[in-house]
Amino acid sequence: MTKATAAIVGSGNIGTDLMYKLLRSEEIEPRWMIGVDPDSPGLKRAASEGLIASADGVDWLLAQGELPDLVFEATSAYVHRANAPRYAELGIQAVDLTPAAIGPAVVPAVNLGAHLDAPNVSLITCGGQATIPMVYAVSRVTEVAYAEIVASVASPSAGPGTRANIDEFTKTTSRGIETIGGAARGKAIIILNPAEPPMLMQDTVFCAIPEDADRDAIAASIMDVAADVASYVPGYRLRAEPQFDDPTPVSGGLARVAVFLEVEGAGDFLPPYSGNLDIMTAAATKVGEGFAQRVVSERIPS
Amino acid sequence: MPYGADLDIRVTDSSLRDGSHAKQHQFTVEHVRAIVGALDDAGVPVIEVTHGDGLGGSSFNYGFSHTPEQELIKAAVETAKQAKIAFLMLPGLGVQDDIREAADNGGSICRIATHCTEADISAQHFGLARDLGLETVGFLMMSHTQPPEVLAKQARIMADAGCQCVYVVDSAGALIMEQTSDRISALVAELGNDAQVGFHGHENLGLGVANSVLAVRAGALQIDGSTRRFGAGAGNTPVEGFVAVAEKLGIRTGIDTLKIIDAAEDVVRPIMDGECLLDRLSLTMGYAGVYSSFLKHADRQARRYGVSGAEILIEAGRRKLVGGQEDQLIEIAVALAGK
Repeated sequence: MTKATAAIVGSGNIGTDLMYKLLRSEEIEPRWMIGVDPDSPGLKRAASEGLIASADGVDWLLAQGELPDLVFEATSAYVHRANAPRYAELGIQAVDLTPAAIGPAVVPAVNLGAHLDAPNVSLITCGGQATIPMVYAVSRVTEVAYAEIVASVASPSAGPGTRANIDEFTKTTSRGIETIGGAARGKAIIILNPAEPPMLMQDTVFCAIPEDADRDAIAASIMDVAADVASYVPGYRLRAEPQFDDPTPVSGGLARVAVFLEVEGAGDFLPPYSGNLDIMTAAATKVGEGFAQRVVSERIPS
Repeated sequence: MPYGADLDIRVTDSSLRDGSHAKQHQFTVEHVRAIVGALDDAGVPVIEVTHGDGLGGSSFNYGFSHTPEQELIKAAVETAKQAKIAFLMLPGLGVQDDIREAADNGGSICRIATHCTEADISAQHFGLARDLGLETVGFLMMSHTQPPEVLAKQARIMADAGCQCVYVVDSAGALIMEQTSDRISALVAELGNDAQVGFHGHENLGLGVANSVLAVRAGALQIDGSTRRFGAGAGNTPVEGFVAVAEKLGIRTGIDTLKIIDAAEDVVRPIMDGECLLDRLSLTMGYAGVYSSFLKHADRQARRYGVSGAEILIEAGRRKLVGGQEDQLIEIAVALAGK
């Protein structure tokens, strides 16, 4: 067998979208869909795609004779905090799509290779997945003393969990801008826009740069990293050339580069405007494939 | 029912918060001491002090503050003898720690603003504000974009989260007369005794005072203004103008009309970079229903890219941008320049 097996825990919209992405994967076989509600449409969809669907939760999954190699958690931070130690004990690698932030944070285009052995990795936030690669693209060329991101998301694609804990988004994303993006200080802003028809996810990344920084090298690095992200998130693109500005009084005396992004979802299950959710399931798939290659290679007797 | 024994309504002056947009966030401690001193002496009961975009607004996207807003809040609290000092915060931009710090610095009224369809992102912040013993106000921004019954439901979400007064906020200065009073009436009917209702007007169609009077007649108990209109777009409802009209109508605001007229001319005007005018760009905002704070940003990007500021604002209206999406104005200007 050349694929790693996976369970998706959480049969809601995100779990369902993820299932369709995993069904196309060359590296992962999604075998289980786990929910808690027998009437969940996600479980029915999973069963019709040939997965083993159970509404009996993680207890049921972990009591089976055969366990998955990988688990993708698309429940809530609260549920994942309870489940994570159980996966770890059984040696099941976990990709966490909730904001629980138990394992190291991973952005595939930046630091996936560093955490292939981690028992649990966190995907930060949708805004982080979209914008941290751009901060990294700048900080690998020049010093970034401060980076700021503005994520604009269509209202219908922001669920109740995000809405009730919006500070978690800004804080977790800010931290990721610093630790993974490489900015000395990070700030994150999220805006919900109710326009109809819903807008695509749009993100702007501002990085402070030295006045004499090599602007051509920065622009080239941005293009390269954007292409890397687009290799696993096909709807990820720049809406304009990177814009460079000299310092002004309202820029706090800082020179800056501004990057304008748009993320169109693949429409696997979620609507295309939900680029914020698509980038999470796409990043989860990419991370899971990295894990799967390692799992499969270790199966072969040496 | 009046606001209290001595006041029919309570006025909040926002010169040192909404005016921060017009000042491009370059307020100093001296500016704050001068304005708070004059307004406090005139009897203004509440003075709001924060970056124009609320706590944490100092940024590339909205403009960096000259002086950290927490220092400005502290200076305002030290200066005021009778006025309460309020501060604004927008969930998604500011965080709960910012509220704690503002409360530690003596701010006593926490005003929490969301776009008028997104009230449910404010619950954790209202909860914290009440736990800290702060008075709370909720802002439903861009209220012209939604009908009265939708606003009333959103107001209910804020009230249930701990908000004590929900404002209809005409961020674009686009509401016209009965459009204001219909919205106020809907909120009053929904909230009953659970929370008060307020109105925050802008002058982009020249209706700040008129809309505010209609709001009071529809049951609003709190009214925002800015002395000398010192605010975003064409500015806010002028406090001195509203106070003069209120006095003639027998509405008690507790503010001394002659003193606030003097404060507008002698203290506030010299601190402003220029008058807040109903000119081409600000009228376009009221006409197209665009967030007032976009004015200075559109103007700056128009000059940076050699395109029309009015065209930037009209495109912002077409895209249905909401407050906070200043970054999009740059991308619009780049696209216009490429045409």
